[in-house]
Amino acid sequence: MIRIMNSARIILFIVLLPTLAFAQDDLLNQLQKEDSARAFPVMATFKSTRVVNGQSVETMKKNHLDFRISHRFGRLNSGAYQFFGLDQATMRMGFEYGVTDRFEVGVGRSTSQKVYDFFGKYKLIQQSTGARNIPVSITLFGGTGIATVNKELEFQDKLYYTAQVLLARKFGEKFSLQLSPTWLYRNHPEVTGDEKLLLAVGIGGRYKLSKRVSLNGEYFYTAREKNTLTAPYHDSMSFGVDIETGGHVFQLHFTNSLGMIEKQFIGETTGTWDKGDIHYGFNISRTFSFDKKNKRAAN
Amino acid sequence: MRMHILCTVIFAVAGMVCQTELAKAQSTLYSTSAGNTRFSSETPLENINAENKKSQAILNTATGELAIRMNMVDFVFPNKLMQEHFNENYIESDKYPTATFSGKVDKAIDYTKDGEYDASATGKFTVHGVTKTRTINGKIKIDGGKISISSDFQVALTDHKIDVPEIVFVKIAQIIQVKSLYALAPAKK
Repeated sequence: MIRIMNSARIILFIVLLPTLAFAQDDLLNQLQKEDSARAFPVMATFKSTRVVNGQSVETMKKNHLDFRISHRFGRLNSGAYQFFGLDQATMRMGFEYGVTDRFEVGVGRSTSQKVYDFFGKYKLIQQSTGARNIPVSITLFGGTGIATVNKELEFQDKLYYTAQVLLARKFGEKFSLQLSPTWLYRNHPEVTGDEKLLLAVGIGGRYKLSKRVSLNGEYFYTAREKNTLTAPYHDSMSFGVDIETGGHVFQLHFTNSLGMIEKQFIGETTGTWDKGDIHYGFNISRTFSFDKKNKRAAN
Repeated sequence: MRMHILCTVIFAVAGMVCQTELAKAQSTLYSTSAGNTRFSSETPLENINAENKKSQAILNTATGELAIRMNMVDFVFPNKLMQEHFNENYIESDKYPTATFSGKVDKAIDYTKDGEYDASATGKFTVHGVTKTRTINGKIKIDGGKISISSDFQVALTDHKIDVPEIVFVKIAQIIQVKSLYALAPAKK
């Protein structure tokens, strides 16, 4: 008899359990459960479209224009007479525009070798978390340029081409790492005897020191013998700080490369860090939004 | 033996009661996952607006319990750089991904009757990981089995430990205006 009563209590409890559980189930938890099937893209792997010299996986968003001015000064080891390099400066001015949220186009003009460069960048895969977990972002970069400094050359000999597969992962809030396999083809290398095709792989990263300041570093390994007669070049290595203030990003850096386009900093870096052939430089990036439609909708 | 039959009857009745209770509880739930939450920051120098069209809301009309939840990354700004800064620098959406409200509608409303009522809800309001108990005023409108909840209120940045550096102090208001509209339909189960 007692046994029956006991089992009755247990069964009653089991039968009523769903009701009890339901009553206690917080509405907020229910919303959270309903939301768990979504995937969220990982944003801001880098603060800007460049790590230092090299391209980052970031592209400009749709209808946003980036005006970018970059300077590299002379070598720090050039002495007090040259004011440690600051007397000489070379620059690149460029515009980048987001055609879609994933595709941007850009143009630029470098004073060094009087190069006009044109490029496109397409974000193929976006790192995401949540229901669809994608561990990396992959962006494709393709560019060409015309070095107009030597008037004697045929038009096609002034051309070079660059292709990169940019592969990056944001490891948590602060640290991002990128690999940049690079294919660089010069129709007419600067030094006679240098190979037309150059393969390289870049590794770059950033570490956020605070919400608005990050430390960046980058190294491009080139698949060739260094500092030979036919190619008196070294690998490019750069370190810098990104400072973000509202619509501007200031990138200040030290690098052994003078050029600001792939042909020059990957292919034609003549300085070395151990001899002190270091250039101080900076990029200033200013973003403008031309997204009028959205603006009206929000007002 | 008679005891045994009695027990079976009790279970059967209890089971039925419990199932109808469950059904009743479900039928009083109204929800949306496409609610609209907007905020604006107005200063003489710059007006900033953002809109979240994926806010979730759920109301239990039997108890007046109300919960609202939204992902900070779903706030869309006309200027994508501002959107990035909002997530990265101000609201820190990696650390604090959602804003929530969990509370109760303060007065009893007959949700079966069409009409529009001034109402308020009191509960826990969480933004940027900081929870405040607040009473938020708004309106509840009932129209042919659909319930819409709207509200218009303010959030002070300092209440939720949202830091604005001095350099952009003049461009970002200290008090943010929030407007929301949630059109609720009977929750599907």
